[in-house]
This record gives sequence, structure tokens and C-alpha cells, in this order.
Amino acid sequence: MKYEKRYDGRKFEEMRPMSAEVGVVKNAVGSASFTIGKTIAIAAVYGPKDLFPKFLQNPKSGVLRCHYNMMAFSGAGDRVRPGTSRRSKEISMVMEKSLLPVLDLQDFPKSVVDVHVELIQTDAGTRCAAICAASLALADAGFEMKDLVCAISAGLIGDKVVLDLDKQEEDFEGGAVDIPMAIIPRTGEVTLLQLDGEISKEDLKKCVDFAIKGCDQILEVQKNALKAKYTEAKK
Amino acid sequence: MSKLLVEAKAVVIPGEILAEGMDHLPGKGAFREGEKVIASRVGLVYVNGSIINIVPLSGRYIPKKDDTVIGYVRDMTYSSWFINIGYAYDASLSLKDASSSYIERGASLSDFYAVSDAILTRITNVTKDNNIDLTMVGPGLRKLRGGKIVEITPAKVPRLVGKQGSMISMIKDMTGCSVFAGQNGRIWIKGKTSEAERIATEAVNLVEEKAHIRGLTDYMKKFLEGKCKDLKVEKKVSNNEETKK
Repeated sequence: MKYEKRYDGRKFEEMRPMSAEVGVVKNAVGSASFTIGKTIAIAAVYGPKDLFPKFLQNPKSGVLRCHYNMMAFSGAGDRVRPGTSRRSKEISMVMEKSLLPVLDLQDFPKSVVDVHVELIQTDAGTRCAAICAASLALADAGFEMKDLVCAISAGLIGDKVVLDLDKQEEDFEGGAVDIPMAIIPRTGEVTLLQLDGEISKEDLKKCVDFAIKGCDQILEVQKNALKAKYTEAKK
Repeated sequence: MSKLLVEAKAVVIPGEILAEGMDHLPGKGAFREGEKVIASRVGLVYVNGSIINIVPLSGRYIPKKDDTVIGYVRDMTYSSWFINIGYAYDASLSLKDASSSYIERGASLSDFYAVSDAILTRITNVTKDNNIDLTMVGPGLRKLRGGKIVEITPAKVPRLVGKQGSMISMIKDMTGCSVFAGQNGRIWIKGKTSEAERIATEAVNLVEEKAHIRGLTDYMKKFLEGKCKDLKVEKKVSNNEETKK
């Protein structure tokens, strides 16, 4: 089945409009919100603090613990059942793995840093939005980081390679392949790549290229959000 | 030839390239990757000779030697107390540093500092392994009785104190409260009336919120003058009483 034109009229390598804000949860050490299209993620960072049970502690470094959660009312369809699910556990785990390469917690051995991400509205690309928000929140919390992390999904809809799929596209009748990717923008290192479906080598390469290009735009949004909090302050 | 890519006092974010070339050295909050010096946290750039430092704008309190901080007693053993000073690890207050007076063998430690007490204390040593030692021997160091404790971002404490303590003494003078700002962002406020405490708290929170604006002292002066109209009368009365005595 051919996919001629995107449902929302975007170009194939065009992303949905993005926005970000830092410091949205006042109680947290650091926090951020990240919006891409209709998907909204809010991240709050707490810690470093004592980690229990004790066997989870790492005497050489702090531990990063992510909590991903979609709110009951966030989707367009059925109510999302609250609480941990296989899916949310998996996403929490891949978030940790995608953020750890840039994060330095060696100053805080035996402790834990909690990152809570709540998705208040979802329209696909939630794990990517969650990673973008979490990396902003960690930077806002003042942790040592080599770089921010940008995440975006690319994929194959019908016969077309596209960037930033929304829910309607993911459910495309002719079959869709969704590849969420997290990238360290300065070095181009990929810290997350999940592939769901079948895709040719050429198309996969094209997807990665699209995502790396898209990350530049995400970085710009993240940069502006972080700087806005403090430059506004300077005036 | 080395090239600096950012202006002094510019706000930078993690991953931002600060300088290219080997003449510049990464200081605090920066690291080197090949020819480049890169920021590793959100902060302001300060260039000191060839060293580029990043002064953090946010984040939790990092204990330093000789900081005066406000802590809560969290636990105790037969010879020491564990104090939460707002850092990832508890600090320890040993018996010998707990008081300038002699503590008898077998004395009950909770008579000095009980769990959940708030104390004004000073850091005497911070080791690489996160062992933090405290002392209660020194001018002004004591158990805090009464009043309330407000928390602000530790990075904004210098703003609250002001140049030579200008801001904090203004809040003290105009509200008539005792205010003490711990370096860890905990502010102790004790006033004669709850109304005075409320105004002082509001003032402290306002300083935190507006920490970035210029002319903050003037702004705060106006704010306090507006709020303290009724309080001033009270202060005069108490002054008169004192003279009568």
C-alpha cells in the first residue's frame, strides 16, 4: 500500500511543532516539559538520595532510576490502566540506558537519582518525548552531563521513510515500521534504537539519517528552553 | 592558536563547546575532548587566565569546608549524631564537637540534640568519600528553637544575603525578625509575631523568584515598605517599652 501524503500535511522529513520549558515542577530539584505535536511529557528529577534496598547500591557511582508513566486520560482511545505495566517497565529501562552515557553520577556513590516522567497527553513518540524531557530536567537539576540527549522516531510507512510518526501513521493500514532513536547530538552517537517491524538496510540507514538531522532541531529547542530560564533572569 | 567561543558570564548548557585549542584548560563544570573544551553543566562562564570555569546556576547543595548550614538531626549513635544538611549524604556531628561544655560519660545524647531538631552548624571537613564533619563549637552555632525554616535554591543564597549582607539585613530591620541564611539554602526566620514571620518568608521567597533581576534591593525595599506599614507601629511601641524599662 502506498503512502503518498502525510495525514497532517507535513513533509516526510518534517517534525511536528515542538516546545520545551524548564523548571515546571517547583518541588523537584530539576524539571522540564517537552511537547511534540500532541504528545506532552513532564519530567521531574529528585535526588541524589539514599538508595534502598541496600543491594541495589553501587559503591562506585550513583544509580539512575527512571519512571515512565502514561496518565489514565492521556490517550485518545481507551483509558490507560494506571500502575506499572510491562510496557512502562521496558520504557523506563530504555530511558535509563539512553541517558546514562551522558550522565556522570560518580560523585554520588551509593545514591539514587529518580527521574519521573508523566505523559499527560499522548499521540505516539512518547518514549522520545520522555527522553527529551528527562535530559532537560537532569541538566536543570545541575548534574554533570557530557551533552543533552535528543530523541525522535523515524520509520517506514507503506513505502515511504518518514520522520516523527504520529499515532495515525503508526496505525497505517499498509503497515508501519517505527524506530525510536536517542542520539547524543554533538557526537552523533546513538544511545537508543528500537525497531519494530521489517525494514531494508537502505531504508534503515535513511531513517537514522533523518533522525540525526531531526535531532539538531530538538537540540535547538532544548537549548533555548534551558537558556531562557536564566537569561530572562539576567535582564 | 586557541579560541574562546563564548563570552564571559554567558549562560551555557551541557555539551556546549566553550573553546577550541590547547591553550584553554577546563576548570570546574567543564571537560576536554580532543581539541575542544566543553561545558558539562548549566551555568555561567568565568574565564580565569587560561582556565574556564562554569559556576552552576542550579542544583542541590554541595557541601564545602567552613560553610554554615542548617541541618536536621536524623539519627544518633552512642557517640555522634547524623545530620541531614540537604546533601545526598548525612553529615556527622561527633560528641567532641557537639558542645563547648563537657559532656559526661553516659549522658543522654537526646538532651543535647534530639532527632528532628534543627541546628545551626558549621562544616569542618569534607572528604572525597563524602564524609562530612560538623561542629557546634563557634560563634552563633546552636540549636534553633522556634521560628520557621524556609528552603530556597542554594545557588540563590548569595543573592538573598546581598553585598555585605545588605539584602538580608534589610529584611531583618524592616520586619524585625531574626533571619539566618544557611549556605545549603535553608533559611531560618523567627519573628516577634507570626505576621512578621509571614512577611519575612514572603520576602525570602520573592528574592528567590526574582533573583535574576537588576536593582533587586530597591524592588525589595518597596515591597517591604508596603508590607511593613502596620508592623512599624508595633516596632515603635516595643521600642518605647524598652526605653521605659
